[in-house]
Amino acid sequence: MSVWRIARLVAAKDLRIEWHSRVLTNQVLPFAGVTMVIFAFALDSDAVLERVAPGLVWLATMFSMLVLVQRTFAVETDDGALDALRVAGVDPRAIFLGKASGLAVQLLVLEVVLLFAAVVLFRQTVPVDGLVLLVTTLISATCGLAAVGTLYGGLAAGFRGRETLLPLLTLPAVAPVLIGATRAVEAALGTAGAVVSDGWPWVGLLVVFAVAFGVGGSLAFGPLIDE
Amino acid sequence: MEDAGFIFGSYLLTFATVALVAWRYVRSGRRLARRVPDEEKYWL
Amino acid sequence: MTTTESKLETTGVSTSATTGSRGSRILGIATIIAMGWLVAFGLGFSPEDRDQREAVRLLYVHVPTIWIAYLAFVVTAIGSAMYLFTKKKSLGWDRLAGASAEIGTIFVAVTLVVGALWGRLTWGVFWQWDARLTTTALLFVTYIGYLAVRQLGGTHEQRARRSAVIGLLAVLEIPLVHWSVRLWRSLHQEATVLGTDADVNMDGLMLFSLFVGVVAFTLLYVWLLMHRTRGMAMEDYLDDRGLDEALEARRAEGEPAARAEGAN
Repeated sequence: MSVWRIARLVAAKDLRIEWHSRVLTNQVLPFAGVTMVIFAFALDSDAVLERVAPGLVWLATMFSMLVLVQRTFAVETDDGALDALRVAGVDPRAIFLGKASGLAVQLLVLEVVLLFAAVVLFRQTVPVDGLVLLVTTLISATCGLAAVGTLYGGLAAGFRGRETLLPLLTLPAVAPVLIGATRAVEAALGTAGAVVSDGWPWVGLLVVFAVAFGVGGSLAFGPLIDE
Repeated sequence: MEDAGFIFGSYLLTFATVALVAWRYVRSGRRLARRVPDEEKYWL
Repeated sequence: MTTTESKLETTGVSTSATTGSRGSRILGIATIIAMGWLVAFGLGFSPEDRDQREAVRLLYVHVPTIWIAYLAFVVTAIGSAMYLFTKKKSLGWDRLAGASAEIGTIFVAVTLVVGALWGRLTWGVFWQWDARLTTTALLFVTYIGYLAVRQLGGTHEQRARRSAVIGLLAVLEIPLVHWSVRLWRSLHQEATVLGTDADVNMDGLMLFSLFVGVVAFTLLYVWLLMHRTRGMAMEDYLDDRGLDEALEARRAEGEPAARAEGAN
């Protein structure tokens, strides 16, 4: 079986599990929503919230992603499924790509919901000419986030006292995505006078990041989970 | 020297940190070395 | 001359209770002398700067510590790569990587603190979100993460493999972070109008003082590295001995019972 076929199977399995267990819809999305709400409590100013809304969307995404990653690997380690896959000789790159893809789909759903929340809660508007930039940003940022999340999630999976390592490893690593995606979305939404053309260099950064961690991650995943 | 406090203080802080780290490495090294036979000590 | 023989868990004998050697002692003395020169030149002989005045003296410490930290992290990456990609997989590479990262992280912490004090003198604030400071702060946290991964437990080989991967990923992450932060700050002009840059036009005595600082901290780094790697080697050895003994004890437990069964 080719790497791509296995990856597709792994991703499909993850998404099917998610569809049946509804952890994303019942736990993670509400958590993300709550995060957006408590931002308002802390920042307490409509003007400030309107200005920083793109950043808040990505902050909420980052925090929710940590929960999602824990979940996607808890599914594997609870019954030793990941070990079984490895022992069966499945190429770890395929496992990585599959899990990252499944995670990416869930992250995309999360981000769309958060953007919607920002429109409602923080008075954002989505101009038509920013739409292409917005969609491209979402996709490229998500790929990078999914790669990093899957990689460090594999390391931090399962063992007690390891899961707390996930935020510490992940957040510094995704700092470029936070910077780039926020600036790009600001450009797409026209926040603080930004124009759409401002956003494209940032998308370039996001793409480079996604490729670097996509490739690096698939290579590093094998040694990292081999125990 | 103006701001002498800051300047001298920074140098002092740096050297104090360095000395502390050095002392801890040497002390733990001594404790361990008492329990390890000489053949294992490749630096001797 | 009395040799102190310690009671050990093995048949071996320990007569030398230190991680020092002739080489490290010479290095240590050289380090102390170099540090003395640094104080003499940094605080004494070198002049004040035209713009920064006396605050420039802090740079003779601040700049060397971050440069040596970079060196240390490069050594960590080399050790990580050597562990992962050589057939022998000698744990010595892993210990080199770990010790170097530990020392590098300490140096980054010193860089950040001295840098903050320097900023207070030149910019009037302890911190600002310019490209260099932000990247350095993220560098610090990244390697805290590396050190945390080393503490995850398991066999030495597991520790070595995990941290080697993380050590190499860090080398991937840092340029990405640097690039994105540079791009970010270059487009946000408001924060960078806080006056003097750290890039001072140094020549003559000032440059020499900086050079002395680099030499002194490099010597210090090597000395610390020698002692820490030796200490780590002993820790790993004692770990292994402890495991062997636990296995022996377990086996010994089972024997009388097995003999009794065999007799029946």
